[in-house]
Amino acid sequence: MRVGELLTAGFLALLSLYLMWKSTELPIGYIAGTGPGGGAWPFWLSAIMLVCCVCVAFNWWRGTSPPSQSEEPVLDSHGWRSLIFVGGGIIAFVALVSIISMYGAIAVFLFYYVWFLGRHGLILSLSISLITPVALFFFFEGAMQITMPSGLPFTDPVFNFLYEIIY
Amino acid sequence: MDVLLLLGDGMLLSLQPLNLMMILIGVTLGLFIGAMPGLGSVNGVAILLPVTFLVPPGSAIIFLAAIYYGAMYGGAVSSITLGIPGASTAVATTFDGRPLAKQGRASLALVTAALASFIGGTVANVLFTLFAPLLASVALSFGPPEVFALMLLAFATFVGLGGDDIPKTIFSICFGLVLGAVGFDQISGAPRLVLFDYNGFLQGIGFLVLAIGVYGIGEMLWTIDQTRGDVTATTPKMTVKGMASDTKEAAKRGWKGTMIGSFLGFFVGVLPAAGATPGSLMSYGVAKMVSRNPDEFGKGSPDGVAAPEAANNSASTGSMLPMLTLGIPGSPTTAILLGGMVIWGLVPGPRLFVDEQEFVWGLIGSFYISNVAALLINLAFIPVFIWMLRMPFTILAPMIFVLSITGGYAATRDMFDIWLIVGFGIGAFFMRKFDYPLAPAVLAIVLGPIAEPTLRQSLLLSSGDPSIFFTRPVAGPITVIALILIFMPLVKVIRRQMGKRKKPAS
Repeated sequence: MRVGELLTAGFLALLSLYLMWKSTELPIGYIAGTGPGGGAWPFWLSAIMLVCCVCVAFNWWRGTSPPSQSEEPVLDSHGWRSLIFVGGGIIAFVALVSIISMYGAIAVFLFYYVWFLGRHGLILSLSISLITPVALFFFFEGAMQITMPSGLPFTDPVFNFLYEIIY
Repeated sequence: MDVLLLLGDGMLLSLQPLNLMMILIGVTLGLFIGAMPGLGSVNGVAILLPVTFLVPPGSAIIFLAAIYYGAMYGGAVSSITLGIPGASTAVATTFDGRPLAKQGRASLALVTAALASFIGGTVANVLFTLFAPLLASVALSFGPPEVFALMLLAFATFVGLGGDDIPKTIFSICFGLVLGAVGFDQISGAPRLVLFDYNGFLQGIGFLVLAIGVYGIGEMLWTIDQTRGDVTATTPKMTVKGMASDTKEAAKRGWKGTMIGSFLGFFVGVLPAAGATPGSLMSYGVAKMVSRNPDEFGKGSPDGVAAPEAANNSASTGSMLPMLTLGIPGSPTTAILLGGMVIWGLVPGPRLFVDEQEFVWGLIGSFYISNVAALLINLAFIPVFIWMLRMPFTILAPMIFVLSITGGYAATRDMFDIWLIVGFGIGAFFMRKFDYPLAPAVLAIVLGPIAEPTLRQSLLLSSGDPSIFFTRPVAGPITVIALILIFMPLVKVIRRQMGKRKKPAS
């Protein structure tokens, strides 16, 4: 945690510098007749962020914050495993949306999580992963009239069938 | 006396079968729309606006106002049960609502939220009825320096909310404000902070994208990591006796927060452009400040649920006031209501109270009826919301992820935002690991687009002289209070450090 705290502060300081630099694409000073330039607000806020990062690093050096006193790892093997399986699952879910549609991706993600990570029975996993996207379809497309991504053309027959029920 | 007669007529009008039906349907729909992460009163009112052309204008506005009411009640549901604030107005509710749910006391949190919302709504209705024209003139006297001073006060409250690590809290506030500046410069219209020159950033970063990322993804990843995947599901019991005892406890331990939220929320809600979010946040901050047990806040204090919930309901009624009396919407939802009124041939403004008395008092009467209906319907549905928490965590967690992604998409209809949600979620997980408070960033992204233009307009008015925030009669005291609140924790830290140095010396 101790090293992680310093690395995070360093990363956030770099981010602050990048935001300061990016803000200078618009004027950052006071322009007579028009007031502060468009870049002034984000520039000075990013500058304060940079100062805060320096303060965090100073507190780290003094060892006053809890993470700077901790010798525990940021993530142990279990932490990394759950981050990869859960976080990776979410990334795969979002990536699948443009291929097999939002509802298809929901079905796959729910099955993966409930069956593989949650270790629930096959029937329960299948029921949840099939009923949820159908219920969400009728809620979003039917009741709220919000169209979700339908993926590549091969999903059209399924959507045509469901749209016929709604309209 | 005239006011009471007019209000009585208004209530009778709103109790007519068609209007009463509109209230019941509107409140129920609003409750569920508000409880859905990503959907709030704005979506409900906007989506159902075309439906209202089937009924007379009076019934139509009653229906939309009932949706607004229901959604404000419903916002607390996802904050408490799922830990995801469905709207910015419900962010402060998560601070204590979620810890209560984790302790198996979701019923207490939901009952407290419902009662506080009801009292907040009722206080606001009474203030609205009695002081509408007077408050409208006060609201009109708020120029850019006053609004900026109010925003500064809200940011000052964040510093108090963030805990002991002040640099991390200030970093979080500034980060949220910078994210709120991404997209276009509001005044010149020039593209600004288009990060990595990626065009997706041109549309800006919305509040929901950050809120869902932080609370829907980041918080869940953190919970899974902390509990080693073995979340002991709280099994809250839901009995009539239990609910009665929760009601008693909510009244006993949440009354102070409710009172603070009811009055403060209304006055902040009345101000054009301020709205319920700063109102709920300030109420939370003030309730914590005046509490005898401020350490309980953030760990599951009923006062911490009551203050923001009373405030956001009170503010939602308050924001109707500038809309009706001045024609200025106080929130995005009232902006849509205003549009609806124009379509129905009504002209909001000072003449509305004279020219359309029946309409105005029918609407005000419906506020009272909607408030009672919302309380009863909300209490009736609490067992359903509690049932959600009984699900095994390995089913609830993926459901929350799915609701986060679908809710995020429903709000903006842009896949780029979904990727941002995932990015913010993973970033928030690591920042949480290093004790960076994230709620200030989420709230700052909402207030940034209000604070920046008012600061720039104020400085333009004063030719760049910042003393404008101190010399004006309303802005001056607010700015001074805000600065005291900002520097108070700093002074505390310095005094604590000096005390530590003295101890070894003695």
